[in-house]
Amino acid sequence: MDNFIVGVIVFPGSNCDRDVSWALEGCLDIRTKYLWHESSDLSDVDAIVLPGGFSYGDYLRCGAIARFSPLINALDEFVKSGKRVLGICNGFQILTESGFLPGALTANKNLNFICDDVELDIVSSKGGWFNDGGEKQTIKLPIAHGEGRYHCDSDTLKKLVDNELIALRYKNNPNGSSFDIAGITNEKGNVLGLMPHPERACDETIGGTDGLFTLKSLILK
Amino acid sequence: MDQFAVKVFVRLRPSVLDPAGEATKSASIKLGAEGIKSLRIGKMIEVKIEGNGENEVREKIDLLCDRLFANTVIEDYEYSLEKL
Repeated sequence: MDNFIVGVIVFPGSNCDRDVSWALEGCLDIRTKYLWHESSDLSDVDAIVLPGGFSYGDYLRCGAIARFSPLINALDEFVKSGKRVLGICNGFQILTESGFLPGALTANKNLNFICDDVELDIVSSKGGWFNDGGEKQTIKLPIAHGEGRYHCDSDTLKKLVDNELIALRYKNNPNGSSFDIAGITNEKGNVLGLMPHPERACDETIGGTDGLFTLKSLILK
Repeated sequence: MDQFAVKVFVRLRPSVLDPAGEATKSASIKLGAEGIKSLRIGKMIEVKIEGNGENEVREKIDLLCDRLFANTVIEDYEYSLEKL
């Protein structure tokens, strides 16, 4: 993986960009490069992470303004080429706002900002983002969000289920998400969006390593 | 060029739970207000905009509402327009 570079997009208000970079470089020995949101040159990078945070202060709606950045415009070609894109928390919100993934994320049912570890069922490992041991598996990852309630209409939900696009479901739904959804992929499987933070679960000293597999899978071709 | 004042109302779709509206409804009842059957919170956006006539301005506002002001997966919008 010497020449493989993961681009970590930095928006004004991103605050998990350094965590993602630390987890990739320090725990997995994968090179990273920060990409400022005004850049539209993605030629140097082989995969992209949209990190968590509060891009553009979450003004209007979470992810709504970030969608219009030059970098997100350039992402279309990148995704079409089959390269891998991982959107974590605010990154997931940006991917839904910009139409790379269906549905929307809105205020938690109980209105609380929830900061906790949650148990998640791996429903599908489409795209190879999660360890596929054959049996349904459970992992534990941290969440930290105020607007993580996944919502979609019934037709979209049916499409997600029928095409195995639901990657993760909460065991104990913390935020009121439709169908307990915590993460989904696109049809091709090269784009994953999830509310939990895999980069915060990459070292035993901070509570777990269940996030390593997902970050490591960024280097899959 | 004509100038218009536009008021855009963005609301969560009826099928989407509005927890902020529910919390405000609960506070309203605690305040002693009686008879509240439903309370939902939306956004109002005021825009002053120039264009060659109302039709052209409506086209611009439709685009703004559809692509930016509202997320039509979870929100509906409507607007009123006044020539200045």
